[in-house]
Amino acid sequence: MILPDAEQLLITLADKIRPLLTPDTALVGLHSGGAWLMQRLLPMLGKNLPNGVLDISFYRDDFSRIGLHPQTKPSQIAFDVQDRHIIIIDDVFYTGRTIRAAMNELFDYGRPASITLAVLVNRGGRELPIEPQIAAAHLDLAPGQNLQLLRDADGRFYLQLHEDA
Amino acid sequence: MKIHIKNGRLIDPQIGIDAKRDLFIAAGKVISIGNTPDGFAAKQVIDATGLIVCPGLVDLSARLREPGFEYKATLESELKAAVAGGITSLACPPDTEPVLDEPGLVEMLKHRARQLNLTHVYPLGALTRQLQGKHLTEMCELSEAGCVGFSQADIPIADTQVLWRALQYAATFGFTIWLRPEEVYLARGGVAHDGEVAARLGLNGIPSTAETLAIATILRLAKETGTKVHLCRLSTAEGVDMVRLAKKQGLAISCDIAATHLHLTEHDIGFFDAHCHLKPPLRTQRDMAALRAGLQDGTINAVCSDHTPVDDDSKLLPFAESEAGATGLELLLPLTLKWAQENKVDLSTAIERVTSAPAKILGIDAGHLAVGSDADVCMFDPDRYWQVEAKSLISQGKNTPFLGLELAGKVRHTLLQGHTVYLAP
Amino acid sequence: MVNPQLTKDGKLKHLLSIEGLPRAILDQILDTAESFVGVAEREVKKVPLLRGKTVCNIFFENSTRTRTTFEIAAKRLSADVLNLNVGTSSQAKGETILDTVNNLTAMHADMFVVRHSASGAAHFIARHAAPHIHVINAGDGRHAHPTQGLLDVFTVRRYKPQMHNLRVALVGDVLHSRVARSEIHALTILGVPEVRVIAPKTLLPEHVEKLGVQVYHDMRAGLKDVDVIMMLRLQNERMQGALLPSAQEYFKTYGLTQEKLALAKPDAIVMHPGPMNRGVEIDSSVADGNQSVILPQVTYGIAVRMAVMAILAGNS
Repeated sequence: MILPDAEQLLITLADKIRPLLTPDTALVGLHSGGAWLMQRLLPMLGKNLPNGVLDISFYRDDFSRIGLHPQTKPSQIAFDVQDRHIIIIDDVFYTGRTIRAAMNELFDYGRPASITLAVLVNRGGRELPIEPQIAAAHLDLAPGQNLQLLRDADGRFYLQLHEDA
Repeated sequence: MKIHIKNGRLIDPQIGIDAKRDLFIAAGKVISIGNTPDGFAAKQVIDATGLIVCPGLVDLSARLREPGFEYKATLESELKAAVAGGITSLACPPDTEPVLDEPGLVEMLKHRARQLNLTHVYPLGALTRQLQGKHLTEMCELSEAGCVGFSQADIPIADTQVLWRALQYAATFGFTIWLRPEEVYLARGGVAHDGEVAARLGLNGIPSTAETLAIATILRLAKETGTKVHLCRLSTAEGVDMVRLAKKQGLAISCDIAATHLHLTEHDIGFFDAHCHLKPPLRTQRDMAALRAGLQDGTINAVCSDHTPVDDDSKLLPFAESEAGATGLELLLPLTLKWAQENKVDLSTAIERVTSAPAKILGIDAGHLAVGSDADVCMFDPDRYWQVEAKSLISQGKNTPFLGLELAGKVRHTLLQGHTVYLAP
Repeated sequence: MVNPQLTKDGKLKHLLSIEGLPRAILDQILDTAESFVGVAEREVKKVPLLRGKTVCNIFFENSTRTRTTFEIAAKRLSADVLNLNVGTSSQAKGETILDTVNNLTAMHADMFVVRHSASGAAHFIARHAAPHIHVINAGDGRHAHPTQGLLDVFTVRRYKPQMHNLRVALVGDVLHSRVARSEIHALTILGVPEVRVIAPKTLLPEHVEKLGVQVYHDMRAGLKDVDVIMMLRLQNERMQGALLPSAQEYFKTYGLTQEKLALAKPDAIVMHPGPMNRGVEIDSSVADGNQSVILPQVTYGIAVRMAVMAILAGNS
């Protein structure tokens, strides 16, 4: 299958997010793909948006099965979550479990006024009643297929598809 | 009963034999070596093909835990272990409960041992009452009751004046004094050799100086008093050197080491293995090498088991809180053979260190098979390997650092005065 | 020898001693602790990682401080906590260590945090505990205090990230200190090129150089150009055992004063595992001065312990 151009999708994503911005909006990027995307989106959205990053390692639902991820990064939410309109940025939306964890973690920082989920690619296959409100692209992938967002040596995004063995 | 042991390799270091020779026994005594006596009709023929036939081993230190510590082991269980190890004579230290400082206790112990009729038991009497290092015991009475020497077990005498007087008194009557050289204050609170391993593991150390200082004191006093002294369980290289020098100077000194110290060092403690909690402590590679060489050149007269059965609960504790000691009656022979093989010592010399040499120290007519001697015989297979594990050990003490190891040297048959006291299954 | 702290596939099963820990695991603990520092600064200081798990503090040797930090760490991971102060309970009635451990296992404990006055006690408990239980050594005799060693190097790393260039000096009673041993192991594993110990001969173990340290008896020489000074606590008993004559003479020769601190690098940091004996091993002005990082050490202690528990709990 031919994968869409991630850089193009980034522009689409920015266009879809822009109308939703309010004075109380804050962006939260999820490590690591979502955080990368957010770094690129911030100047494109043109304002001094409050922003932060979340690492969901401590909130995952598969901890008992696979243990702690060998590389956890600190979450950094410097703004007050209370009463904010949060837009979560992530790269690929699949089962929804990552977002479940991210929302739980966010709520430990405070009570947001709303949460909007914006992703680069929604690849279908959700396992929870969670769905992105904004997606730059929809792809229908089978369970054994693994879609990743990567950066090349110049920092340009591209998508890659792996088949699980 | 007339017994003919045939086809064995007879090794008797005292009479100087290492050859294929048959042995002939009658009425509990050796009556001929090599040649069938006229008209000899054997009632029992033992085929010792592939086996070494040697004098029953003589063990200079085995704790039998009776009286007083029967929950750790009993006379019966331990003497059975002894004969399974080819041992037919052993000395036991006086640190029983009550301490062997009364003739009555000694007589009772000897009586119990005679009844069991498994090995000869030679008690060491306490040198001071209750081993407390203050008052002398009635050494003459104890000697009459059967003590072959006098010892302080693991409780050195701190008061040098008492020690000096005890040595003088013993010298009066020609008694041998057995002392484990350890300076009380330097060793105080220590559980391991004061070196690299103890430093890393945070264990209180016993410096080598604790042993060498004590040896110096004992040698000096023994020289002044003319007492026969036997130093028990050396552990330091310097200690061996000191004994070598003293012997050269003509002092009536003998010494022994425990078989464990021929093969283990402080590093074997590993992650706090309480089986390696021993007295004296396991020391460095250099010390171990000196002990092995000392036993080879005869500076160290004999090797013993230092058998110390400890109940499981007392070892199932953090290192410093565990009870020190290892079980060893069944390991004396294979550990001696292992040393001999590794250090390229001939079998006859190796066997001498566990037969005639310890017998001389004990002052008993044993450890040899000269015509007319008691038929205390050990027959073993030097090439047969066996696994050291709780179920293969007969002693009630299963506490040995050699658990899980395979050792060569399996006793097949042990005779005490011609009676079979052990036959391998 | 098989490392009793690791599973067959090299993952951390127990934390008994820093000695023998692979560098990668040490790094993972410190990196994970960074994330937990952030959690402590939030409104809700909890994460759900150990929900449903029970952590048992088994302190055969009393220590309110250490026990409290472990308790806070466990609770911040959403674990249930049981505290067993053995001095006042069944052990005093003659129950063996193993019986105590077995009883707690039967009560569905998942993790033991153990402090004992005998070196090797944590190894002993780990050897005999049920297979699913993780054991954390909170201090065993003079042998090790791995979480303290970890929080100390975490602190060093925070203030002096270029660890491959550092000179670190440990001052005081190394002989009796499990903290010192753990600190030395952690520093050497992390590649700190120069680790010094400064103490009188009576307070240094035999063959201490074999641990990879340089020995100084002269504090002024030992502190010269040092980047990190780790002070060790002096127990009162040392004056009893003919190891030292008096606290006054000790302070004079080995106490850290402003004047001696000036011999180290101007941006050197001063650390102490606590509790401090002011005027014995350290002068108050130094302890409260701007080169002291003693208070942050305490905060980092909770984050590091959370990291250890989180990593262990995930390796089942």
